[in-house]
Amino acid sequence: MVTELVKSENSYQAAFRSLRATVAWLDLVRNSAMDRFEHLGFPSVREEDWKYTNFSTLAKEEFVPVTSGSTEAREIESYPETAETHLVVVDGFLREDLSTTTGLGDVVAIDLFSAVEDARYNKIVRKYLARNAGYHNNGLTALNTAFLQSGVFLWIPKNVKLERPLQITFFAEGGANFPRLLVVAEENSSATLIESFVSSNGGKYFTNATAEIVVKDGAQLEHYRVQRESNGAYHVSSTSAELGRSSRYDTTSINLGAQLSRHDVSVVMDHEGAETAVDGLYMVGSDQHTDTHSVIDHKQPHCTSRQLYKGILDGNGRAVFNGKVFVREGAQKTDAQQTNKNLLLSDKARVDTKPQLEIYADDVKCAHGAAVGQIDPEELFYLEARGIDPELGRNLLTYGFAEEVIGKIKIDSIRSQLDEFVLRQLVSTDYADFTD
Amino acid sequence: MLEIKNLRAGIEGREILKGINLTVNKGEIHAIMGPNGSGKSTLAKVLAGHPQYEVLGGEVIYEGRNLLEMPPDERAREGVFMAFQYPIEVPGVSNAQFLRLAYNEKRKHLGEEELDPLEFKDLLKERAKVVEMDASFMTRSVNENFSGGEKKRNEILQMAVLEPKLAVLDETDSGLDIDALRIVANGVNQLFTPANAIIVVTHYQRLLNYIVPHFVHVLADGRIAREGGKELALELEAKGYDWIKTVDKGAGAPAN
Repeated sequence: MVTELVKSENSYQAAFRSLRATVAWLDLVRNSAMDRFEHLGFPSVREEDWKYTNFSTLAKEEFVPVTSGSTEAREIESYPETAETHLVVVDGFLREDLSTTTGLGDVVAIDLFSAVEDARYNKIVRKYLARNAGYHNNGLTALNTAFLQSGVFLWIPKNVKLERPLQITFFAEGGANFPRLLVVAEENSSATLIESFVSSNGGKYFTNATAEIVVKDGAQLEHYRVQRESNGAYHVSSTSAELGRSSRYDTTSINLGAQLSRHDVSVVMDHEGAETAVDGLYMVGSDQHTDTHSVIDHKQPHCTSRQLYKGILDGNGRAVFNGKVFVREGAQKTDAQQTNKNLLLSDKARVDTKPQLEIYADDVKCAHGAAVGQIDPEELFYLEARGIDPELGRNLLTYGFAEEVIGKIKIDSIRSQLDEFVLRQLVSTDYADFTD
Repeated sequence: MLEIKNLRAGIEGREILKGINLTVNKGEIHAIMGPNGSGKSTLAKVLAGHPQYEVLGGEVIYEGRNLLEMPPDERAREGVFMAFQYPIEVPGVSNAQFLRLAYNEKRKHLGEEELDPLEFKDLLKERAKVVEMDASFMTRSVNENFSGGEKKRNEILQMAVLEPKLAVLDETDSGLDIDALRIVANGVNQLFTPANAIIVVTHYQRLLNYIVPHFVHVLADGRIAREGGKELALELEAKGYDWIKTVDKGAGAPAN
């Protein structure tokens, strides 16, 4: 459908024509993606997948795409654990000058656009780029693909174990930026990846990020995603993973920032014995809206998936959770569990949750459920009966609610950063009271 | 320490306590017994300040203050403790975190210095011995996936940490096997001092073999139907609660 936005020349089309040409196949991909964007436009609430999340204001904003990387010096902090394994991407452009890669060993983390022209990696990139993040039916992924100009290519060679976590900070300043990430974890490799989305200004901008992840046979990838965009931002992102035989992919998405955010996560298990945990926590306050759409696709037997998404909503904050789990014909011995739980701290908050399980095999173990609730008065009374005042008690219960997701994070400084964030959102709590 | 005068209370418009009079002094253990529905748990919950229970009349004076005017958290910080019949699970909050928070809230209230995590850990280790709990309980979420017996022990651990002046144990013996009962009772006995007081609410005499009361009060239909020493509990055990009801019918409730 052609939206109002693309009827005439717009900021995206103008910027697209100014892009530097690249190798022929990628030019073809970008052109075809731009065609798709012009055809599809921004999503509309008339589409089932976008029913509860209205991006019509985004279409009207006319953000100007960032088409050249800045060279401005800046300080962007890493976690202590990633001091030597930190990539910095500013407005979608990898900044090697701000990145530290001394701790990467044999792992390759380079500009995706230059990897395309690098004889060592171009075959891998060509094989996997735009393979899991299809742009034919999704205008936003099409737009990201059309503006592929930089990004990160992360390659973990066969049998290599990256001892330290690798952090990629996506820093946004303004306009429309299009971070792109391609991760290929070769056979029996293992790594931990952290994606951090941040901004220094409180302003309005549009981040449209796409990550594609390939976890090959026997490989293990632990993937954290912490979205702390500015309060005025639009954040749209997708994470698409394909898993090899007996591989493991665990991901936790933390969505805290942005005025309007949408994350699509999909994990496809087309080889036997793969395991995945797709967890998340979203926390929204007044005038914030967050939407998670998740697809976990069991295509082969003996795969396991676990999903726990929790949401905390305050003020007039809104959230959407839509989680599909498919168990395809022949995917026997599938073990899938999906849970979405929401805690409403205000009467004005609202959540639309829809866990969906579609099973086409007969020898499987599957369960799913969703819950929306408020602070339980019996729990609160229990805390009060121990001398904890009601306000602190509510905070403690909210913290405990989030902790089921946060507590599983294996990187200490992410965990403490999130504990602190959760507690800061809660009124008049001394963070130190809660630390162990 | 505690003076309950003609206390009337109920829930959802239904009067359950129909005029309770009870005085508890320092250094005393009182047992409140009675058949199901007689109001003994209601009495415990009203003393703790459960919001669902409504006080309809009478007064409760605790340490010279009107207890019923104090919110539940203040009662707790002032030294009133109720061990819950059904302890609540608090997922995501470790036992150690929870206890330190509660402990420090009380210290702050009393104008005393708060303990940091390390100092508190030492204290907790010491107090945990009272109910024979090991360190693994401290890092687990409060009551989450605890067995019935573990939950009750955890209540007494909280009592050991918070050192209440007045502890009300609401059917702490229910659902306990004999070993857990012994541990819990042993813990309570260690915590009892001449400076505090304990009210044991129980249906059965069994617990009172371990926690020996100075006074036994038997509730029937929201009133104290009979009072006596520890031997009253044994008499009840032998004759059953119907005996009280019969006495009631014959002689009427003792004057309150």
